[in-house]
Amino acid sequence: MDYDFNFAAVWRNFDLLLSGLGLGLVLALVSIAIGCVIGLFTAFGMLSKHRLLRWAAHGYVSAIRNTPILVLILFTFFALPQLGLRLGKIESFIVTLAVYSGAYLTEVFRSGLVALPPGLREAGLTIGLTELGTKVRITIPIMFRNVLPALGNNFISLFKDTSLAAAIAVPELTFHARKINVETFRVIETWLVASLMYVFACAIIAALLRRVERHLAIPG
Amino acid sequence: MEIAQALEVIWAARWALLAGLGNTILISVLSILMGTALGLVVGLILTYGNPVLRFVVRLYSDFLRGTPVFVLILACFYILSVVDIQLSAYEAGIFALTLFCSSHVGEIVLGALKAIPKGQTEAAKSVGLTFFGTFFSVLLPQALRMILPTWVTTATEIVKASTLLSVIGVVELLLGVQQVIARTFLSLELYFFAGFVFFLLNFAIEKAGRFVERKVAIPS
Repeated sequence: MDYDFNFAAVWRNFDLLLSGLGLGLVLALVSIAIGCVIGLFTAFGMLSKHRLLRWAAHGYVSAIRNTPILVLILFTFFALPQLGLRLGKIESFIVTLAVYSGAYLTEVFRSGLVALPPGLREAGLTIGLTELGTKVRITIPIMFRNVLPALGNNFISLFKDTSLAAAIAVPELTFHARKINVETFRVIETWLVASLMYVFACAIIAALLRRVERHLAIPG
Repeated sequence: MEIAQALEVIWAARWALLAGLGNTILISVLSILMGTALGLVVGLILTYGNPVLRFVVRLYSDFLRGTPVFVLILACFYILSVVDIQLSAYEAGIFALTLFCSSHVGEIVLGALKAIPKGQTEAAKSVGLTFFGTFFSVLLPQALRMILPTWVTTATEIVKASTLLSVIGVVELLLGVQQVIARTFLSLELYFFAGFVFFLLNFAIEKAGRFVERKVAIPS
């Protein structure tokens, strides 16, 4: 194999790659924030007394989890305008990723809620909180702390999924890497640097999340 | 009526779409089989390998898991041709999915083997089993049962990831559908159709997995 490594072209465009990485992180953060809200509501829907709500929640989770995310991204961006819902590519991607993560987070929150001892809710009601007050002030905060590791894993895999935004030309890391690849033909260098950027970003996020987990852990 | 028209279009393109579906299935099956075989080796080395080997394989696995599948597919597609390995897009895609699958299966195998209580190995040794005897008749049967649910999830992950090969020009189901859209502009109906077919495929895999799980469960 004759291949002379030359990273100059990649370094020249390194700020583009970095800005792409930053955009990917922002996309993942905004999406998971919206996804958390969706997931929380759907998790309560799954545990609801009403059969219809349970069915709707199960249907949503199972439909999203069994559909490839690329199909969802293309559907939101190319198909929804036919129904008159025209979104910009970044908005469209965030909507897709939020709905997508919502389905995965539903499972996370549902198992978190089920795992809570029933005494928590009873104690909340006993001291005079309403059903809603008990949820907002007691069960949800405790559940959040318990599911933090699972939430973190979801965030990391969501961050990796932002690479798919390149498919609808959102200028994130993979998009720029492809462009540099095509423009300079420094193939190995480009993809090596791009994947290492993802790997290190994931490792740093994981380390940060572990710190947060330790900080928020319920003592005892 | 749009839906009738869409069904007509799908029916007219049935052979092309079926060929795409066939490709999706073939790509997924090959990647899962080869990825699982490679993953077993990865898992075994991570569990029993000597420190140097373990370190190398740990790097391999962490690198692959930290990189988005999409980047992995693009990297394999572009890099392999530069280093004089002439693979078609189809083969490069399967190669990338195999690597992706192997790292995930490796972690699952490692987790399962670690989760088996030490007493099992000790008991096997004390009845005089060799290392291979211990592994094949005591540890593996238990590990496989633990691996099954996560392995099925990984399989559906691969089926979903196979859609990404459409970006490098492999005519699997999604690209097949996109070609029909390019002719007919029925993006809403046809992307929905694509999502629905993938849903059915993954739903079937999940149900089959549950069935096998029940069949092989150790009766309690």
